[in-house]
Amino acid sequence: MSAAGLRAVAAAGREPFIRLRSIRKVYRAAGQELLAVSDVTMTVDEGEMLSLVGPSGCGKTTVLKMLAGLLPPDGGEAVIGSAARPFDPGRDVGMVFQQPLLLKWRTVLENVLLPAEIIGLPIAPARERARELLRMVGLSGYETKYPHQLSGGMQQRAAIARALVHDPKLILMDEPFAALDALTREQMNLELLRIWSASGKTIVFVTHSIPEAVFLGTQCAVLTAGPARMADVFPIEIAYPRTIDIMTTPAFGAYTRRIYKQLGVATSTG
Amino acid sequence: MKPRRAELSAGVIVGVHLAALAVWQVTCMLVDIPRYILPPPLDVIATLGLPKHDFAGNTLVTAAEIFGGYLLGIAIGVALAVLFTWSPVLMLLVMPLFVTLNMIPKVALGPLIVVWFSYGIVPNILVTFSICCFPILLTTARGLREVEPDLLDLVRSLRGSRWQLFRKIQLPGALPYVFSGMKVGAILAVAGATVGEFIASERGLGYLMIQVQSSLDTAAMLMALILLTVLGVILYGLVLGLERLVVVQDERVA
Repeated sequence: MSAAGLRAVAAAGREPFIRLRSIRKVYRAAGQELLAVSDVTMTVDEGEMLSLVGPSGCGKTTVLKMLAGLLPPDGGEAVIGSAARPFDPGRDVGMVFQQPLLLKWRTVLENVLLPAEIIGLPIAPARERARELLRMVGLSGYETKYPHQLSGGMQQRAAIARALVHDPKLILMDEPFAALDALTREQMNLELLRIWSASGKTIVFVTHSIPEAVFLGTQCAVLTAGPARMADVFPIEIAYPRTIDIMTTPAFGAYTRRIYKQLGVATSTG
Repeated sequence: MKPRRAELSAGVIVGVHLAALAVWQVTCMLVDIPRYILPPPLDVIATLGLPKHDFAGNTLVTAAEIFGGYLLGIAIGVALAVLFTWSPVLMLLVMPLFVTLNMIPKVALGPLIVVWFSYGIVPNILVTFSICCFPILLTTARGLREVEPDLLDLVRSLRGSRWQLFRKIQLPGALPYVFSGMKVGAILAVAGATVGEFIASERGLGYLMIQVQSSLDTAAMLMALILLTVLGVILYGLVLGLERLVVVQDERVA
Protein backbone atom coordinates (compact mmCIF):
# COMPACT_ATOMS: atom_id res chain seq x y z
CA MET A 1 0.00 0.00 0.00
CA SER A 2 1.31 3.46 -0.78
CA ALA A 3 2.17 5.85 2.00
CA ALA A 4 -0.53 8.22 0.89
CA GLY A 5 -3.00 5.35 1.03
CA LEU A 6 -1.92 4.45 4.54
CA ARG A 7 -2.36 8.02 5.68
CA ALA A 8 -5.83 8.04 4.26
CA VAL A 9 -6.67 4.88 6.20
CA ALA A 10 -5.17 6.27 9.37
CA ALA A 11 -7.03 9.52 8.96
CA ALA A 12 -10.31 7.70 8.49
CA GLY A 13 -11.27 8.18 12.10
CA ARG A 14 -9.07 5.73 14.00
CA GLU A 15 -6.89 6.40 17.00
CA PRO A 16 -3.52 7.98 16.22
CA PHE A 17 -0.41 5.79 16.60
CA ILE A 18 1.59 8.20 18.77
CA ARG A 19 0.01 10.61 21.23
CA LEU A 20 2.27 12.97 23.15
CA ARG A 21 0.79 15.50 25.57
CA SER A 22 2.85 18.16 27.40
CA ILE A 23 5.93 15.95 27.47
CA ARG A 24 8.72 17.33 29.58
CA LYS A 25 12.17 16.07 30.43
CA VAL A 26 14.64 17.50 32.91
CA TYR A 27 18.26 16.41 33.30
CA ARG A 28 19.86 16.67 36.69
CA ALA A 29 23.61 17.10 36.75
CA ALA A 30 25.86 18.46 39.51
CA GLY A 31 22.84 19.57 41.57
CA GLN A 32 21.48 21.64 38.68
CA GLU A 33 18.34 21.05 36.74
CA LEU A 34 18.49 21.46 33.01
CA LEU A 35 15.32 21.55 30.97
CA ALA A 36 15.88 19.20 28.03
CA VAL A 37 12.44 19.41 26.39
CA SER A 38 9.01 20.76 27.28
CA ASP A 39 5.56 21.32 25.82
CA VAL A 40 5.84 18.45 23.35
CA THR A 41 2.28 17.83 22.27
CA MET A 42 1.39 16.10 19.02
CA THR A 43 -0.28 13.12 17.46
CA VAL A 44 1.21 10.98 14.73
CA ASP A 45 -0.88 8.60 12.68
CA GLU A 46 0.32 5.23 11.58
CA GLY A 47 2.42 5.38 8.42
CA GLU A 48 3.31 9.04 8.89
CA MET A 49 6.75 10.57 8.55
CA LEU A 50 7.21 13.10 11.33
CA SER A 51 10.10 15.54 10.96
CA LEU A 52 11.53 16.80 14.23
CA VAL A 53 13.59 19.88 13.46
CA GLY A 54 15.55 22.27 15.61
CA PRO A 55 19.02 23.53 16.50
CA SER A 56 21.59 21.61 18.56
CA GLY A 57 20.56 21.28 22.19
CA CYS A 58 16.83 21.62 21.54
CA GLY A 59 16.11 18.13 22.85
CA LYS A 60 15.42 16.36 19.55
CA THR A 61 17.44 13.31 20.55
CA THR A 62 15.83 13.34 23.99
CA VAL A 63 12.37 13.08 22.39
CA LEU A 64 13.63 10.21 20.27
CA LYS A 65 15.03 8.38 23.30
CA MET A 66 11.73 8.79 25.11
CA LEU A 67 9.90 7.34 22.11
CA ALA A 68 12.37 4.42 22.13
CA GLY A 69 11.58 3.79 25.78
CA LEU A 70 15.18 4.51 26.76
CA LEU A 71 14.24 7.52 28.90
CA PRO A 72 11.08 8.08 30.94
CA PRO A 73 9.47 11.50 30.57
CA ASP A 74 9.35 13.63 33.75
CA GLY A 75 5.94 14.99 32.96
CA GLY A 76 3.11 14.71 30.51
CA GLU A 77 1.70 11.68 28.82
CA ALA A 78 3.10 9.52 26.06
CA VAL A 79 1.10 6.75 24.47
CA ILE A 80 2.32 4.71 21.51
CA GLY A 81 0.11 2.17 19.79
CA SER A 82 -3.58 1.55 20.02
CA ALA A 83 -5.92 -1.33 20.71
CA ALA A 84 -5.92 -2.11 17.01
CA ARG A 85 -2.15 -1.67 16.66
CA PRO A 86 -0.51 -2.69 19.94
CA PHE A 87 3.03 -1.46 20.43
CA ASP A 88 5.68 -3.54 22.18
CA PRO A 89 8.56 -1.18 23.01
CA GLY A 90 11.01 -4.10 23.24
CA ARG A 91 10.60 -5.15 19.61
CA ASP A 92 8.66 -2.49 17.75
CA VAL A 93 11.40 0.13 17.55
CA GLY A 94 14.04 0.36 14.85
CA MET A 95 16.80 2.92 15.28
CA VAL A 96 19.08 4.67 12.79
CA PHE A 97 21.78 7.04 14.03
CA GLN A 98 24.00 9.70 12.52
CA GLN A 99 26.78 7.14 12.22
CA PRO A 100 25.90 3.79 10.60
CA LEU A 101 27.50 1.97 13.57
CA LEU A 102 27.80 -1.26 11.66
CA LEU A 103 29.86 -3.91 13.42
CA LYS A 104 33.03 -4.06 11.37
CA TRP A 105 33.66 -7.76 12.00
CA ARG A 106 30.26 -8.74 10.60
CA THR A 107 29.25 -8.89 6.97
CA VAL A 108 26.50 -6.57 5.76
CA LEU A 109 23.94 -9.37 5.99
CA GLU A 110 25.05 -10.33 9.52
CA ASN A 111 24.87 -6.68 10.54
CA VAL A 112 21.32 -6.40 9.30
CA LEU A 113 20.45 -9.53 11.31
CA LEU A 114 21.66 -8.12 14.65
CA PRO A 115 18.25 -6.94 15.98
CA ALA A 116 16.66 -10.24 14.96
CA GLU A 117 19.35 -12.09 16.92
CA ILE A 118 18.90 -9.90 19.98
CA ILE A 119 15.13 -10.37 20.01
CA GLY A 120 15.57 -14.06 19.26
CA LEU A 121 13.59 -14.33 16.04
CA PRO A 122 13.86 -17.60 14.06
CA ILE A 123 17.04 -17.09 12.08
CA ALA A 124 16.18 -18.63 8.70
CA PRO A 125 13.14 -16.42 7.95
CA ALA A 126 15.01 -13.41 9.40
CA ARG A 127 17.87 -14.10 6.99
CA GLU A 128 15.43 -14.21 4.09
CA ARG A 129 13.87 -10.97 5.22
CA ALA A 130 17.29 -9.35 5.62
CA ARG A 131 18.11 -10.26 2.02
CA GLU A 132 14.83 -8.76 0.85
CA LEU A 133 15.50 -5.57 2.80
CA LEU A 134 18.99 -5.28 1.37
CA ARG A 135 17.41 -5.54 -2.06
CA MET A 136 14.93 -2.83 -1.09
CA VAL A 137 17.64 -0.42 0.07
CA GLY A 138 19.63 -1.12 -3.09
CA LEU A 139 22.36 -3.29 -1.60
CA SER A 140 21.74 -6.67 -3.19
CA GLY A 141 25.06 -8.21 -4.09
CA TYR A 142 26.71 -6.68 -1.02
CA GLU A 143 25.44 -9.27 1.50
CA THR A 144 28.85 -10.81 2.16
CA LYS A 145 30.85 -7.57 2.01
CA TYR A 146 32.24 -5.99 5.15
CA PRO A 147 31.25 -2.45 6.19
CA HIS A 148 34.64 -0.92 5.31
CA GLN A 149 34.11 -2.03 1.71
CA LEU A 150 31.01 0.19 1.48
CA SER A 151 30.74 3.96 1.03
CA GLY A 152 29.20 6.09 3.78
CA GLY A 153 25.85 6.28 2.00
CA MET A 154 25.79 2.52 1.44
CA GLN A 155 26.64 1.89 5.08
CA GLN A 156 23.70 4.08 6.08
CA ARG A 157 21.42 2.10 3.73
CA ALA A 158 22.55 -1.08 5.51
CA ALA A 159 21.77 0.61 8.84
CA ILE A 160 18.26 1.38 7.58
CA ALA A 161 17.81 -2.28 6.56
CA ARG A 162 19.00 -3.25 10.05
CA ALA A 163 16.35 -0.98 11.59
CA LEU A 164 13.66 -2.75 9.56
CA VAL A 165 14.70 -6.39 9.94
CA HIS A 166 12.57 -7.19 12.99
CA ASP A 167 9.56 -5.55 11.31
CA PRO A 168 9.13 -2.84 13.96
CA LYS A 169 6.12 -0.53 13.85
CA LEU A 170 8.15 2.60 14.57
CA ILE A 171 11.45 3.73 13.02
CA LEU A 172 13.42 6.41 14.85
CA MET A 173 16.07 8.23 12.85
CA ASP A 174 18.51 10.61 14.53
CA GLU A 175 20.07 12.86 11.86
CA PRO A 176 20.85 9.80 9.75
CA PHE A 177 22.21 11.70 6.75
CA ALA A 178 24.00 14.53 8.56
CA ALA A 179 27.41 12.94 8.10
CA LEU A 180 27.00 12.44 4.35
CA ASP A 181 28.06 14.85 1.61
CA ALA A 182 25.35 17.16 0.29
CA LEU A 183 24.67 15.29 -2.94
CA THR A 184 24.55 11.84 -1.32
CA ARG A 185 22.29 13.34 1.31
CA GLU A 186 19.72 14.47 -1.26
CA GLN A 187 19.85 11.07 -2.93
CA MET A 188 19.32 9.40 0.44
CA ASN A 189 16.31 11.64 1.13
CA LEU A 190 14.69 10.41 -2.08
CA GLU A 191 15.66 6.84 -1.23
CA LEU A 192 14.17 7.19 2.23
CA LEU A 193 10.85 8.37 0.80
CA ARG A 194 10.86 5.35 -1.49
CA ILE A 195 11.73 2.93 1.35
CA TRP A 196 9.13 4.55 3.60
CA SER A 197 6.43 4.21 0.99
CA ALA A 198 7.44 0.59 0.28
CA SER A 199 7.52 -0.39 3.96
CA GLY A 200 4.58 1.66 5.23
CA LYS A 201 6.37 2.29 8.55
CA THR A 202 5.77 5.18 10.90
CA ILE A 203 9.00 7.18 10.95
CA VAL A 204 10.19 9.91 13.28
CA PHE A 205 13.03 11.72 11.57
CA VAL A 206 15.24 14.07 13.57
CA THR A 207 17.19 16.69 11.62
CA HIS A 208 18.67 20.14 11.97
CA SER A 209 18.15 20.80 8.27
CA ILE A 210 14.98 22.79 7.65
CA PRO A 211 14.69 21.92 3.93
CA GLU A 212 15.19 18.25 4.76
CA ALA A 213 12.45 18.41 7.40
CA VAL A 214 9.99 19.95 4.93
CA PHE A 215 11.03 17.72 2.05
CA LEU A 216 10.44 14.47 3.99
CA GLY A 217 7.69 15.06 6.51
CA THR A 218 3.95 14.51 6.46
CA GLN A 219 4.10 16.83 9.43
CA CYS A 220 6.82 18.79 11.10
CA ALA A 221 7.46 19.58 14.76
CA VAL A 222 9.75 22.52 15.52
CA LEU A 223 11.80 22.45 18.71
CA THR A 224 13.68 25.46 20.01
CA ALA A 225 16.63 25.63 22.41
CA GLY A 226 16.78 27.99 25.39
CA PRO A 227 14.11 27.44 26.54
CA ALA A 228 13.94 23.90 25.24
CA ARG A 229 10.36 23.59 24.10
CA MET A 230 8.25 22.60 21.15
CA ALA A 231 7.35 25.80 19.34
CA ASP A 232 5.21 24.54 16.50
CA VAL A 233 3.77 21.49 14.82
CA PHE A 234 2.00 21.51 11.48
CA PRO A 235 1.14 19.18 8.59
CA ILE A 236 3.07 19.56 5.35
CA GLU A 237 0.52 19.32 2.61
CA ILE A 238 2.68 18.60 -0.38
CA ALA A 239 1.68 15.51 -2.32
CA TYR A 240 3.84 12.39 -2.52
CA PRO A 241 5.74 11.10 -4.40
CA ARG A 242 7.94 14.12 -3.88
CA THR A 243 10.88 14.96 -6.12
CA ILE A 244 13.65 17.55 -5.91
CA ASP A 245 11.39 19.83 -8.00
CA ILE A 246 9.10 20.55 -5.06
CA MET A 247 11.91 22.43 -3.34
CA THR A 248 11.36 25.36 -5.68
CA THR A 249 7.59 25.58 -5.21
CA PRO A 250 5.96 28.45 -3.27
CA ALA A 251 4.44 25.99 -0.79
CA PHE A 252 7.87 24.57 0.06
CA GLY A 253 9.18 28.09 0.55
CA ALA A 254 6.29 29.01 2.80
CA TYR A 255 6.86 25.96 5.03
CA THR A 256 10.58 26.59 5.36
CA ARG A 257 9.97 30.29 6.12
CA ARG A 258 7.54 29.28 8.85
CA ILE A 259 10.23 27.14 10.49
CA TYR A 260 12.98 29.75 10.05
CA LYS A 261 10.74 32.25 11.85
CA GLN A 262 10.05 29.87 14.71
CA LEU A 263 13.78 29.36 15.10
CA GLY A 264 14.45 33.11 15.08
CA VAL A 265 16.21 33.26 11.74
CA ALA A 266 15.37 36.44 9.79
CA THR A 267 13.71 36.02 6.37
CA SER A 268 13.12 38.72 3.78
CA THR A 269 9.35 38.40 3.99
CA GLY A 270 9.49 38.25 7.79
CA MET B 1 49.01 -8.50 -8.66
CA LYS B 2 48.82 -9.07 -4.93
CA PRO B 3 50.58 -12.44 -4.57
CA ARG B 4 53.43 -11.25 -6.79
CA ARG B 5 53.86 -8.27 -4.54
CA ALA B 6 53.91 -10.49 -1.45
CA GLU B 7 56.55 -12.73 -3.05
CA LEU B 8 58.56 -9.69 -3.97
CA SER B 9 58.50 -8.29 -0.45
CA ALA B 10 59.40 -11.71 1.01
CA GLY B 11 62.32 -11.82 -1.41
CA VAL B 12 63.43 -8.35 -0.33
CA ILE B 13 63.27 -9.33 3.34
CA VAL B 14 65.42 -12.45 2.84
CA GLY B 15 67.78 -10.59 0.53
CA VAL B 16 68.39 -7.73 2.95
CA HIS B 17 69.21 -10.15 5.76
CA LEU B 18 71.60 -12.18 3.63
CA ALA B 19 73.25 -8.97 2.45
CA ALA B 20 73.74 -7.82 6.06
CA LEU B 21 75.36 -11.16 6.91
CA ALA B 22 77.59 -10.86 3.83
CA VAL B 23 78.69 -7.36 4.81
CA TRP B 24 79.44 -8.65 8.31
CA GLN B 25 81.44 -11.58 6.94
CA VAL B 26 83.44 -9.48 4.48
CA THR B 27 84.14 -6.80 7.10
CA CYS B 28 85.55 -9.44 9.45
CA MET B 29 87.73 -10.81 6.64
CA LEU B 30 89.06 -7.42 5.49
CA VAL B 31 89.42 -5.63 8.82
CA ASP B 32 91.48 -7.04 11.62
CA ILE B 33 88.90 -7.39 14.40
CA PRO B 34 89.72 -9.71 17.31
CA ARG B 35 87.47 -12.80 17.28
CA TYR B 36 86.31 -12.20 20.86
CA ILE B 37 84.99 -8.77 19.84
CA LEU B 38 83.25 -9.71 16.60
CA PRO B 39 83.56 -13.18 15.12
CA PRO B 40 82.43 -13.54 11.49
CA PRO B 41 78.94 -15.00 10.95
CA LEU B 42 80.26 -18.30 9.59
CA ASP B 43 82.09 -18.85 12.90
CA VAL B 44 78.92 -17.99 14.76
CA ILE B 45 76.91 -20.52 12.79
CA ALA B 46 79.67 -23.11 13.29
CA THR B 47 79.04 -23.04 17.06
CA LEU B 48 75.73 -24.75 16.38
CA GLY B 49 77.70 -27.96 15.75
CA LEU B 50 79.47 -27.93 19.12
CA PRO B 51 77.70 -30.41 21.43
CA LYS B 52 78.95 -28.64 24.59
CA HIS B 53 76.59 -25.74 23.97
CA ASP B 54 73.51 -27.97 23.48
CA PHE B 55 71.77 -25.26 21.47
CA ALA B 56 68.81 -27.51 20.66
CA GLY B 57 68.10 -28.35 24.28
CA ASN B 58 68.67 -24.80 25.54
CA THR B 59 66.46 -23.34 22.80
CA LEU B 60 63.67 -25.75 23.72
CA VAL B 61 63.88 -24.73 27.39
CA THR B 62 63.75 -21.03 26.58
CA ALA B 63 60.93 -21.58 24.07
CA ALA B 64 58.95 -23.46 26.72
CA GLU B 65 59.43 -20.56 29.15
CA ILE B 66 58.47 -17.94 26.59
CA PHE B 67 55.38 -19.75 25.30
CA GLY B 68 54.32 -20.93 28.75
CA GLY B 69 54.59 -17.51 30.36
CA TYR B 70 53.06 -15.83 27.33
CA LEU B 71 50.03 -18.13 27.14
CA LEU B 72 49.52 -17.74 30.89
CA GLY B 73 49.77 -13.96 30.45
CA ILE B 74 47.12 -13.97 27.73
CA ALA B 75 44.78 -16.26 29.66
CA ILE B 76 44.97 -14.35 32.92
CA GLY B 77 45.16 -10.90 31.29
CA VAL B 78 42.05 -11.46 29.18
CA ALA B 79 40.19 -13.23 32.00
CA LEU B 80 40.85 -10.35 34.43
CA ALA B 81 39.83 -7.76 31.83
CA VAL B 82 36.54 -9.61 31.26
CA LEU B 83 36.00 -9.89 35.01
CA PHE B 84 36.60 -6.15 35.43
CA THR B 85 34.10 -5.39 32.69
CA TRP B 86 31.44 -7.42 34.42
CA SER B 87 32.21 -6.04 37.85
CA PRO B 88 33.06 -2.34 37.82
CA VAL B 89 33.32 -2.43 41.63
CA LEU B 90 36.05 -5.04 41.45
CA MET B 91 37.83 -2.98 38.82
CA LEU B 92 37.55 0.14 41.00
CA LEU B 93 39.07 -1.72 43.96
CA VAL B 94 41.74 -3.78 42.24
CA MET B 95 42.84 -1.60 39.32
CA PRO B 96 44.88 0.94 41.36
CA LEU B 97 46.77 -1.96 42.90
CA PHE B 98 47.40 -3.44 39.46
CA VAL B 99 48.64 -0.14 38.10
CA THR B 100 51.18 0.02 40.92
CA LEU B 101 52.17 -3.63 40.41
CA ASN B 102 52.65 -2.84 36.73
CA MET B 103 55.18 -0.16 37.69
CA ILE B 104 57.44 -2.75 39.36
CA PRO B 105 60.36 -3.38 37.04
CA LYS B 106 59.60 -7.08 36.49
CA VAL B 107 63.23 -8.07 36.01
CA ALA B 108 63.87 -6.87 39.57
CA LEU B 109 61.54 -9.65 40.71
CA GLY B 110 64.17 -12.19 39.58
CA PRO B 111 66.12 -12.51 42.85
CA LEU B 112 62.86 -12.77 44.82
CA ILE B 113 61.50 -15.42 42.51
CA VAL B 114 64.67 -17.47 43.07
CA VAL B 115 63.95 -17.33 46.81
CA TRP B 116 60.28 -18.20 46.35
CA PHE B 117 60.37 -20.74 43.54
CA SER B 118 64.02 -21.79 43.26
CA TYR B 119 65.68 -22.33 39.87
CA GLY B 120 64.28 -23.82 36.67
CA ILE B 121 61.57 -23.48 34.12
CA VAL B 122 58.67 -22.63 36.43
CA PRO B 123 60.15 -19.46 37.99
CA ASN B 124 61.12 -18.23 34.52
CA ILE B 125 57.61 -18.86 33.26
CA LEU B 126 56.44 -16.68 36.14
CA VAL B 127 58.87 -13.87 35.28
CA THR B 128 57.75 -14.05 31.65
CA PHE B 129 54.10 -14.08 32.68
CA SER B 130 54.49 -11.09 35.01
CA ILE B 131 56.11 -8.98 32.31
CA CYS B 132 53.65 -9.72 29.46
CA CYS B 133 50.34 -9.97 31.36
CA PHE B 134 49.76 -6.28 32.10
CA PRO B 135 49.80 -4.83 28.59
CA ILE B 136 47.34 -7.56 27.53
CA LEU B 137 45.11 -6.89 30.54
CA LEU B 138 45.13 -3.12 30.03
CA THR B 139 44.47 -3.08 26.28
CA THR B 140 41.76 -5.75 26.55
CA ALA B 141 39.99 -3.86 29.34
CA ARG B 142 40.14 -0.71 27.23
CA GLY B 143 38.74 -2.52 24.19
CA LEU B 144 35.86 -3.95 26.20
CA ARG B 145 35.01 -0.48 27.52
CA GLU B 146 34.87 1.12 24.08
CA VAL B 147 31.27 0.62 23.03
CA GLU B 148 29.55 3.36 21.04
CA PRO B 149 26.81 4.83 23.27
CA ASP B 150 24.36 4.74 20.34
CA LEU B 151 25.05 1.04 19.83
CA LEU B 152 24.33 0.55 23.52
CA ASP B 153 21.00 2.36 22.98
CA LEU B 154 20.23 0.10 20.03
CA VAL B 155 20.73 -3.02 22.15
CA ARG B 156 18.83 -1.55 25.10
CA SER B 157 15.90 -0.47 22.90
CA LEU B 158 15.51 -4.14 21.92
CA ARG B 159 15.74 -5.19 25.59
CA GLY B 160 18.98 -7.02 24.83
CA SER B 161 20.65 -8.73 27.79
CA ARG B 162 24.00 -7.86 29.33
CA TRP B 163 25.30 -11.16 27.98
CA GLN B 164 24.13 -10.39 24.43
CA LEU B 165 25.85 -7.02 24.58
CA PHE B 166 29.04 -8.70 25.78
CA ARG B 167 28.95 -11.63 23.38
CA LYS B 168 27.82 -9.84 20.24
CA ILE B 169 29.39 -6.40 20.57
CA GLN B 170 31.91 -5.96 23.38
CA LEU B 171 33.98 -9.13 22.98
CA PRO B 172 34.38 -9.12 19.18
CA GLY B 173 34.89 -5.36 19.31
CA ALA B 174 37.72 -5.81 21.81
CA LEU B 175 39.61 -8.39 19.72
CA PRO B 176 41.80 -5.88 17.86
CA TYR B 177 42.76 -4.43 21.25
CA VAL B 178 43.54 -7.91 22.61
CA PHE B 179 45.87 -8.44 19.67
CA SER B 180 47.64 -5.13 20.07
CA GLY B 181 48.27 -6.08 23.71
CA MET B 182 49.44 -9.52 22.58
CA LYS B 183 51.93 -8.00 20.15
CA VAL B 184 53.49 -5.85 22.86
CA GLY B 185 53.38 -8.86 25.18
CA ALA B 186 55.14 -11.12 22.65
CA ILE B 187 58.20 -8.87 22.56
CA LEU B 188 58.23 -8.48 26.32
CA ALA B 189 57.86 -12.25 26.83
CA VAL B 190 61.15 -12.99 25.08
CA ALA B 191 62.92 -10.32 27.12
CA GLY B 192 61.31 -11.65 30.30
CA ALA B 193 62.41 -15.24 29.74
CA THR B 194 65.95 -14.17 28.82
CA VAL B 195 66.46 -11.97 31.87
CA GLY B 196 64.86 -14.66 34.03
CA GLU B 197 67.50 -17.08 32.79
CA PHE B 198 70.29 -14.60 33.48
CA ILE B 199 69.21 -14.57 37.12
CA ALA B 200 67.58 -17.84 38.00
CA SER B 201 68.34 -20.73 35.72
CA GLU B 202 70.67 -23.59 34.99
CA ARG B 203 69.36 -24.11 31.45
CA GLY B 204 68.21 -22.07 28.50
CA LEU B 205 69.75 -19.61 26.03
CA GLY B 206 70.04 -16.80 28.60
CA TYR B 207 71.84 -19.13 30.98
CA LEU B 208 74.11 -20.28 28.14
CA MET B 209 75.07 -16.68 27.33
CA ILE B 210 76.19 -16.08 30.92
CA GLN B 211 78.15 -19.36 30.89
CA VAL B 212 80.09 -18.75 27.67
CA GLN B 213 80.67 -15.09 28.56
CA SER B 214 83.24 -16.14 31.16
CA SER B 215 85.34 -17.81 28.44
CA LEU B 216 84.84 -14.91 25.99
CA ASP B 217 83.11 -17.29 23.55
CA THR B 218 81.52 -14.42 21.67
CA ALA B 219 80.50 -16.59 18.74
CA ALA B 220 78.33 -18.77 21.00
CA MET B 221 76.86 -15.68 22.66
CA LEU B 222 75.90 -14.25 19.29
CA MET B 223 74.41 -17.58 18.27
CA ALA B 224 72.27 -17.61 21.42
CA LEU B 225 71.22 -14.04 20.67
CA ILE B 226 70.22 -15.01 17.13
CA LEU B 227 68.19 -17.98 18.39
CA LEU B 228 66.42 -15.76 20.94
CA THR B 229 65.57 -13.37 18.13
CA VAL B 230 64.29 -16.21 15.99
CA LEU B 231 62.05 -17.36 18.86
CA GLY B 232 60.72 -13.80 19.12
CA VAL B 233 60.09 -13.61 15.37
CA ILE B 234 58.26 -16.96 15.42
CA LEU B 235 56.06 -15.89 18.34
CA TYR B 236 55.28 -12.54 16.76
CA GLY B 237 54.58 -14.22 13.43
CA LEU B 238 52.15 -16.65 15.07
CA VAL B 239 50.31 -13.74 16.69
CA LEU B 240 50.10 -11.87 13.40
CA GLY B 241 48.86 -14.99 11.61
CA LEU B 242 46.21 -15.63 14.24
CA GLU B 243 45.14 -11.99 14.08
CA ARG B 244 44.70 -12.24 10.35
CA LEU B 245 42.52 -15.32 10.82
CA VAL B 246 40.39 -13.95 13.64
CA VAL B 247 40.14 -10.19 13.15
CA VAL B 248 38.40 -8.76 10.10
CA GLN B 249 40.95 -6.44 8.54
CA ASP B 250 39.90 -2.91 7.77
CA GLU B 251 42.20 -1.86 4.95
CA ARG B 252 41.67 1.81 5.63
CA VAL B 253 43.11 1.43 9.12
CA ALA B 254 45.80 -1.13 8.34
